[in-house]
Amino acid sequence: MRMYATCVYLFLYIPIGVIALFSFNAGRHASQLQGFSTKWYGKALGNPFVMDALQTSLLVAFTSALLASLFGTMAALALQGVRGPVRTVFDMLIYVAVMIPGIVIGIATLIGLVTLFDQLNPMLAALWPEGAQAPRLSMGLGSLIAAHTMFLMALVIIIVRARLAGMDRALTEASSDLYATPFGTFRQVTLPMIFPAVLAGFLLSFTFSFDDFIIAFFVAGSETTLPIYVFSSIRRGVTPEINAIGTMVLGVSLILLVAAQVLLRRGERKPK
Amino acid sequence: MDKVGYGGALSKTGQTPIAEFRAVSKRFGDVVAASDLNLAIAEGEFLSFLGPSGCGKTTALRMLAGFEAPSDGEVLLDGEVVNGIEAHQRPVNMVFQHYALFPHMTVAQNIGYGLRQRRPRLPKAEIAQKVGKALDIVRLDGFADRRIWEMSGGQQQRVALARAIVNEPKLLLLDEPMAALDRKLRKEMQIELQNLQRQLGITFVLVTHDQEEALSMSDRICIMRDGRIVQIGSPRELYDHPQSRYVAGFVGSSNFFDGTVVTANGVSASVRLANGDVLEGSMATDLPVGHGVCISVRPEQVALAREGEGLPVTVQNRIFLGEHTEYLVKHQELGEFLALSPRQSELADGPFETGDILLASWDASAALVLERN
Ligand SMILES: Nc1ncnc2c1ncn2[C@@H]1O[C@H](COP(=O)(O)OP(=O)(O)O)[C@@H](O)[C@H]1O
Ligand SMILES: [Mg+2]
Repeated sequence: MRMYATCVYLFLYIPIGVIALFSFNAGRHASQLQGFSTKWYGKALGNPFVMDALQTSLLVAFTSALLASLFGTMAALALQGVRGPVRTVFDMLIYVAVMIPGIVIGIATLIGLVTLFDQLNPMLAALWPEGAQAPRLSMGLGSLIAAHTMFLMALVIIIVRARLAGMDRALTEASSDLYATPFGTFRQVTLPMIFPAVLAGFLLSFTFSFDDFIIAFFVAGSETTLPIYVFSSIRRGVTPEINAIGTMVLGVSLILLVAAQVLLRRGERKPK
Repeated sequence: MDKVGYGGALSKTGQTPIAEFRAVSKRFGDVVAASDLNLAIAEGEFLSFLGPSGCGKTTALRMLAGFEAPSDGEVLLDGEVVNGIEAHQRPVNMVFQHYALFPHMTVAQNIGYGLRQRRPRLPKAEIAQKVGKALDIVRLDGFADRRIWEMSGGQQQRVALARAIVNEPKLLLLDEPMAALDRKLRKEMQIELQNLQRQLGITFVLVTHDQEEALSMSDRICIMRDGRIVQIGSPRELYDHPQSRYVAGFVGSSNFFDGTVVTANGVSASVRLANGDVLEGSMATDLPVGHGVCISVRPEQVALAREGEGLPVTVQNRIFLGEHTEYLVKHQELGEFLALSPRQSELADGPFETGDILLASWDASAALVLERN
């Protein structure tokens, strides 16, 4: 059993280790190691296409994580007051949203948006004053952020709701008993208590959005995110430069994931 | 505030009760948590709701606090109907069963919470000074900057108390505040709470299922059963003049003998017991001839003797309690009951041993004829 588990882990992590290893390879061939070097990192960071893609990725990840934390937290708070069958349906939908494969979300969002734009664009053109160029809605940053926000929201809802469920209802009652208005209670009691979970949700969302290739591939239009850039360069062969980018993305993701875990642990620590 | 003489305050004409229930009912779906509550709470009194778990005590308290709105009837505070007034607008404060202290704040921040919500804002110095005084009152000076989880259960309870009284509420509500404390600490807190109430003159409304707690601290006790108030009175009144078997059994302990009324004159009655004996007893409520009743006799009213008159009984068990000895005795037809003999009375006859055959008797005035329910 232990052997088996070890094999599974090796199988999972050896390729990742190899990528990290070869990113420091001095030679340009992925097949043999020729000494230590960080030149590929320099090369990757000096590549304007990489930097462009990185910028797009950061913008998308930050914006969609921010929106998802905001809307997800609001939804989690609102769901507290919902009971009965409505609640069950919502709960199911949220879990479904997290479990649906990215490719389905990608295709669905693509078809949905394209259909919508096809309807809206002629209407916009008709409404616009004569002579002026009517704006055309198309796939791009907006659709990418929207698609990411949608599925990340479900993630944030689950995280924040777990925290809310662990919170004693008597605390908010005590607050209003002590003359705090509903908003005062939210600001002084509820928010500080769920904040670690919200922040953890933000960090996880950021990572997921930053790493996402599948959904972005469908809805990014002409935009290039870092994973899309990596994918398209791989078609021209795996270079150590790609390995370096992969290793950097991995490093940042791991740091954010660990930070989110720490926050969640800290949030769970209850006074006895 | 002068607390002397408030005992009969409610009968004193002209004084507005600080809080009042008028025909209040509360339903949760099909569950009737409170039904037809009528009660006036006088300023400065210490009133307890006493009853078994699930009888609606907390619900009654929560309607005073403003967490639940009555389904029917009116809740009044200081003479005004407050049915639609939110909890945060009511001049009452509550000590929660599990304290509900804010874990992300220090002890001092917890206590100052209510003061910080005041509009217009109170000056910082004034808040600090009031918090300091409250800490002093609950004997927690020096703990101001502690975190909640660094405090013991007893200390947390004091923080909860301080957090409430610092606001000088018109009404302090306490929901089983002692339930989580161990026995010794509970005794201490009971005394402290009672002193505190005297000292501050704030009206206390306590919820408890512990009869000892209610009896030792309250000016008046409101006995509840299945969402209804069954009897209200001072601890002494409830003990000496229970109006039902339920109350007699809940306040102190008592022996009950089932029987049927054979003669009644409104004040006293004779009751035929299962064995055919006819016993005299005083009536709490007027019950007609032929009515199935029970006779209640407190164990300390039962006298045991080797000779004389009385019910022949056999000693089943003996528990030495120091000042008293508790005997479990058995009568052939009436079954087992308890007798509590003071040491003094044993000097002549006792101590009795298990298996002794004795005669049990009591004054007719000590026997109460009560509804069987
Ligand atoms: N929020 C609620 N929803 C449904 N039922 C409730 C609610 N609060 C109390 N009850 C019910 O009302 C009854 C009285 O409860 P409660 O007032 O808490 O009793 P006590 O404090 O005397 O133990 C119980 O049967 C309880 O289950
Ligand atoms: Mg209760």
